Amino acid sequence: MTRGAHGILAVGSFVPRSRLPCRLAQAANGWFAPSLNPNSDARRSFCDWDEDALTMAVEAGRVCVVAHHATAVAAVELASTSLPFADRSNAGVVREALDLPTAAVEDKGGSLRAASTALVRALTQHGNGTLLIGSDCVDAKPASAQEMRFGHGAGAVLVGTGEPIASVAGTVSVHQDFVDHYRSAGERFEYALEPRWARDAGYRQQVLASVEEALNASGRQARDVSALAISAPGGLAGAVSKGLAKALGVPAASSRLESEIGFCGAAQPLLALIEALESAAAGDSILLVALGQGVDVLVLDVACPPATASLKATMAVASEESNYTRYLALRGLLPLETGIRAERDKRTALSAFWREHETITAFKGGLCSACDTLQFPPTRLCVSCGAADTQAPARLADRVGTVRSFTEDWLAYTPKPPLVFGNVGFGNGANVLMEFADVEPGQLKVGMPLAMRFRIKDVDERRRFRRYFWKPVPLEGRADA
Amino acid sequence: MPEGIRDKVVILGMGCSRFGERWESGPQDLMIEAFDEALADAGIDKERIDAAWLGVFFQEQSTGKSGLPLSQALRLPNVPVTRVENLCATGTEALRGAAYAVACGAADIALAMGVEKLKDTGFGGLPERTQGTVEDLWLPNGTAPGAFAQLASAYCAVHKRDMRDLKRAMAHISVKSHRNALDNPRAHLRREIGEDDVLQAPMVAYPLGVLDCCGVSDGAACAIVCAPALARRLGRQEAVTIKALQLAPSNGLERGNDAWDGAHTLTTRIAAARAYREAGIEDPKKAIDLMEVHDCFSVTELILMEDLGLSDAGRAIDDVLDGRYDHDGAIPCQIDGGLKCFGHPIGASGLRMAYEIYLQLNGRAAARQLDGPSIGLAQNLGGVPNRNVASVAIYGRNALTR
Repeated sequence: MTRGAHGILAVGSFVPRSRLPCRLAQAANGWFAPSLNPNSDARRSFCDWDEDALTMAVEAGRVCVVAHHATAVAAVELASTSLPFADRSNAGVVREALDLPTAAVEDKGGSLRAASTALVRALTQHGNGTLLIGSDCVDAKPASAQEMRFGHGAGAVLVGTGEPIASVAGTVSVHQDFVDHYRSAGERFEYALEPRWARDAGYRQQVLASVEEALNASGRQARDVSALAISAPGGLAGAVSKGLAKALGVPAASSRLESEIGFCGAAQPLLALIEALESAAAGDSILLVALGQGVDVLVLDVACPPATASLKATMAVASEESNYTRYLALRGLLPLETGIRAERDKRTALSAFWREHETITAFKGGLCSACDTLQFPPTRLCVSCGAADTQAPARLADRVGTVRSFTEDWLAYTPKPPLVFGNVGFGNGANVLMEFADVEPGQLKVGMPLAMRFRIKDVDERRRFRRYFWKPVPLEGRADA
Repeated sequence: MPEGIRDKVVILGMGCSRFGERWESGPQDLMIEAFDEALADAGIDKERIDAAWLGVFFQEQSTGKSGLPLSQALRLPNVPVTRVENLCATGTEALRGAAYAVACGAADIALAMGVEKLKDTGFGGLPERTQGTVEDLWLPNGTAPGAFAQLASAYCAVHKRDMRDLKRAMAHISVKSHRNALDNPRAHLRREIGEDDVLQAPMVAYPLGVLDCCGVSDGAACAIVCAPALARRLGRQEAVTIKALQLAPSNGLERGNDAWDGAHTLTTRIAAARAYREAGIEDPKKAIDLMEVHDCFSVTELILMEDLGLSDAGRAIDDVLDGRYDHDGAIPCQIDGGLKCFGHPIGASGLRMAYEIYLQLNGRAAARQLDGPSIGLAQNLGGVPNRNVASVAIYGRNALTR
């Protein structure tokens, strides 16, 4: 590891582009739940059918890996309450997709503070090269208050020694079995108690004591705090922020998260921190407060704000949903008649997958050392010169592709018709037939540049398995590309 | 280049079932329907057949595996039956097996049968299928129209043609095939349509509308072949012979390498060049009197005109719109309605094409008979534009010398 100071070396974020306007949900469900009166402009981010906590984690983690250096990553820690696999390392899939073959992996879950607690530990225990990703994709019942609040997103921080963006001055991590909400294992939706109880009897008391303790530990005064970053369930972030601001005499948090994307579960503490870092100046101190059956408090000194604002960029890529039933269907909350084509067996031959795992998950082709031709998938004999066993693994995931042909296939089964697919060029002679993502009918043109995204390829409902591959998305007009 | 089989194999008899949604018929019925016609046409007893080839594509969803379905349906006298499958070139592949057996003397008389029973699969279009254990991990789950639609966007980009002109030419192709099928009582789709019908049809896979797509049909077709000397002994003075029978599968170049521009079918060009050489044809534009090509989609037919060397690069749109391939054009294409309207029971299609050319060369095509054709071409494209098996067969009518 490089010499230098310890702290947060890089940050990254990813928010799916789909947005549910809360008023759309209200318009659909107001007949049943007239008391749900959202802030009229509030929107929440949601995963498309082919996104989940794992795919978002890959994209957020990629920002760190690209910004910093892949060799600096010794461990991938994935914090979430909605990981697709209970027994198959989700962090392991992320590691492979990020092409970090030697990094250790660990899934962390069970708490909305999974990421913030892990951040406290990584910073205080001098974790070296820890890529910590918080990612959550929790759905809500239609016509629930949660539907108006829950967003999907991922944040990532790389902790280690080098030239930090920010370093830690003091932390407190307190757990209490304060059950203001819970979600039982295997359940899709949470059960929540009255938020006013959580606010008045729970968090208000926990937070202030912990913040004071953290400030004492850091040797700082309240007046040293330049910005608050708050993550709180139950729609309480605003109340917590106001309460703290008043008690400490500091400005309340100015966050766009809750109104623009919603509360993103275990990802929210990292997203709130990244948001604060992106508008901080060198020398600022950020007070990060993350609630959820207890509280994590971190006092962070900003050394050098991140060079690129990945959160602002990813939040700027937004596509507002205009059809509430499509939102429900994409989230699997409305069973549509999918027709006979959906009956095709999506079984994965896992022995074949193991042979090809690097090809598929890391999206690696073969680059022929004899003629410099790139090909996907890699083959024993070069497609161009025919030389045998000359191909070295070469990653396509980070290349810019080009549309060579395309169609919008209305006959094929896909949860979001049409299935848009076509030939994509990658340079060095490579051509790959791929399914596009994030495109609307009529949008694609031959010659358009493309960025690659890690997405769900197929969902095998019969065996409760999902397989992943990469999909190109149009590069033009994307602030996050 | 090897000597090949030019004029070494005679088509002694052919048969073809009615194509369509044959709800009342199973694959056995379809095979018997085609075989009875071919056997009567050949004028032999079925006991004289020494070997047979059966072409079926979706075997799991129609006849079952192996050569047994044919052996059993026809109660063949325990002669060897080989089941072949090479995507949409399956029917031609069955004929290739039979023809090679005759040409090399392994069989005096051989049978090639192609059959497909698609309408038991439950699908409106072609059934879904796995693409292979590794391919399923990354290949898009697109449909056949989606795969062939790729040709259109690439063609317009490569040749700098307007998609609206391409769409009009594609519509012309479908209108022409529907018109031709009116004169074919065995065709699946016998309904006249207009250009606007095609242009306004519901979109299946941009830019292919539903009337740019061929029929999904049940059917069977077969050929009985023998050596010229035997045909002569059986009393034939003249006969339709195989001039060329060539096959070219992709080797992965189109799928994996950008040397392929996406706007043509590479394998058709290779198979056609070999077939013209085998048949001794120097200028196909002059030599070919009629053709049946793999018009699974209108855009495929258009592009094949260039791949077969009949239209110049980027000019097929103009030739099609000029009527060059209409029933009264220079080289009539799909005079029987083609895959578009005769229908496309996959395993039977290559043999169905041969059947039409056989009838035309023998002057037996009734209402759709062309004026004295002597050379016909049949082309199949199995698979998808970026990975396929192309076959090109050339047939002619000759006097049989002693």
